Amino acid sequence: MTSALIIEQLLNGLQFGVMLFLMAAGLTLVFGVMGLINLAHGSLYMVGAFACAAVASYTGSFWLGVVASLAASAAAGALVEVTVIRRLYNRDHLDQVLATFALILIFSEGTRYLFGSFPLFLNVPDMLAGPISLPGGLQYPLYRFAIIVVGALVAFGLYLLISRTRLGIRIRAGESDRAMIAALGIDIRLLYTIVFALGAALAGLAGALVGAIQSVQVGMGEPVLILAFVVIVIGGIGSIKGALVGAVLVGVVDTLGRFLLPQFFQLFMDNAQATSIGSALASMSIYILMALVLVVKPKGLFPANG
Amino acid sequence: MKKTGILKAGLVGLSMCLAGTAAAEPVKVGMITTLSGGGAGLGVDVRDGFMLAVKQSGNKDLEVVIEDDARKPALAVQIADKMIQSEKVDILTGIIWSNLAMAVIPSTVSQGKFYISPNAGPSQLAGKGCNANYFNAAYQNDNLHEGMGAYATKAGYQKTFIMAPNYPAGKDSLTGFKRFYKGELAGEVYTKLGQTDYAAEIAQIRASGADSVFVFLPGGMGIAFMKQYAQSGVFKPVMGPAFSFDQGILQAVGQNAVGVKNSSHWSKDLDVPGNKEFVESFQAEFGRLPSLYAVQGFDAANLILSAMSKADVNDKEAFRAALKEADIQSPRGAFKFNKNNHPIQNIYVREVIKEGDIYTNKIDSLALENHQDAYADECKM
Repeated sequence: MTSALIIEQLLNGLQFGVMLFLMAAGLTLVFGVMGLINLAHGSLYMVGAFACAAVASYTGSFWLGVVASLAASAAAGALVEVTVIRRLYNRDHLDQVLATFALILIFSEGTRYLFGSFPLFLNVPDMLAGPISLPGGLQYPLYRFAIIVVGALVAFGLYLLISRTRLGIRIRAGESDRAMIAALGIDIRLLYTIVFALGAALAGLAGALVGAIQSVQVGMGEPVLILAFVVIVIGGIGSIKGALVGAVLVGVVDTLGRFLLPQFFQLFMDNAQATSIGSALASMSIYILMALVLVVKPKGLFPANG
Repeated sequence: MKKTGILKAGLVGLSMCLAGTAAAEPVKVGMITTLSGGGAGLGVDVRDGFMLAVKQSGNKDLEVVIEDDARKPALAVQIADKMIQSEKVDILTGIIWSNLAMAVIPSTVSQGKFYISPNAGPSQLAGKGCNANYFNAAYQNDNLHEGMGAYATKAGYQKTFIMAPNYPAGKDSLTGFKRFYKGELAGEVYTKLGQTDYAAEIAQIRASGADSVFVFLPGGMGIAFMKQYAQSGVFKPVMGPAFSFDQGILQAVGQNAVGVKNSSHWSKDLDVPGNKEFVESFQAEFGRLPSLYAVQGFDAANLILSAMSKADVNDKEAFRAALKEADIQSPRGAFKFNKNNHPIQNIYVREVIKEGDIYTNKIDSLALENHQDAYADECKM
């Protein structure tokens, strides 16, 4: 095992974490501000990926596809907020889970109806294709590197948005006391729609970026959604900072677990058994991490409301 | 989410009876397959292949009832019960996934109904669990992986890195590969089922010094792996069973899959009688190229049709014997049933190519001739 391999795996974990952050940021914002559990967040991720693939294959430009994915998922988010989600804010979480689960089914079958049952083609743009050489003779896919950069920029942008702008002040105020900011004359309905569309756009962006190196197909959002929930539980529900830390933590633990656990068991077991036990344990690693975090800090690492 | 497509052909057959024309007993087939959700492409192909054969035969005595299992075992069991008990089907078919097949087939055949599998071939039903009423028109699950193992040995690979998802079919896959692969393993990795990010595994492949890679990653997992592998700069040859490189998903992988060797019991350019006609008629009917799933659906329907022309479905003994003869012209060439009712057939190696704007496969070589599965001897039948 060389140090180059370990550094490559750390970068992989970081890239995975950054992608999870894009998903978790929207989820945690929506939960923090509106108190809503949105299971359909994964569907918005799928909408972003399909919009990107469709526009990219029509125009031949990946970048137009990314713009389209932002627009389509934000529009889908706003539409869903106005028609369905808005009626759920005052209901209990079980109603929200049921209604947004129904949205998953509607989005999935709707997408299948529009695009057919076969996965769509979306490839990385030529200028980001292939590997780059990093110091130490390490080869790393340029596109994954670009995802890390985009994720870092988005995290920084969100930080500026929330700490430096009027919208950010309102979002923070909404997190701490919903009734009060409504009483202060802020159009809370509009604020909710904007926050929801923002979260949707981030999910759509994640879908488009990841769609280029994964499979653009119906149902692609749900596995990511589960991980995003793990991330916000670890990070503290409602906290953007928590989402970032949680996402990177989950990304690195998952990647290193998949890579190191089977090798660890090989030290004192035969190969086949070690592989099978190691990979079984690796798929549990992030849930074990979540359990440990919750034992030490029951509200997550950075609880939003104290 | 349920869709029921009923061929009203039975009615026409009935009226022919009334008109005094001698006609065979009508046969009712229940098709349970995956038509919604992520794996729908496979079920759609099986259904379309099956219905193409029914249409070509012009046989009005065959009625087909189709329902969607949404890839859920519990739903498949429920539909099977309904089809057997209230719709009184004679034959069930259609299931794609091995876990659904294991939930439905044993109880179906124990109720005296026939089951013709157009895809899933779990090892449990090929060996000790074989049944006279269960016929597999596709393959036993290990077959294609065994073909690839034989190819890797023939191609002289010395250090192959092998990888599959951590579930029963994934373990069968690597076992099947190793059964025919004589070189050393550079690594053996089980990934999480449904995993879509393979960065960690690709880094291991790079570090292992492998001279080739064998992956069994069906559907979206394979698409994700091939795209990421192409970006990684690890240029070792990739091989796998046809499931990751079939017509339905090749367009989504695109350039990244060109040159990949994969094993299959059928290819669109296979030079056997009837194959060209099958490909052309499928394309004319549905506007796309058929996949191996379409071939399996097509053959499953033709098996039923051939048995219908020889025996009455209510005479189980005679119908079973007629099915076993496998008197069909399969687009994959020579096809016959082994003693465990699983196919004995050739396994080929195909190469992914670009043909015009379409990504498809061409035949490279023959991997295993008249290949039978490893479990037939355990079958007491």
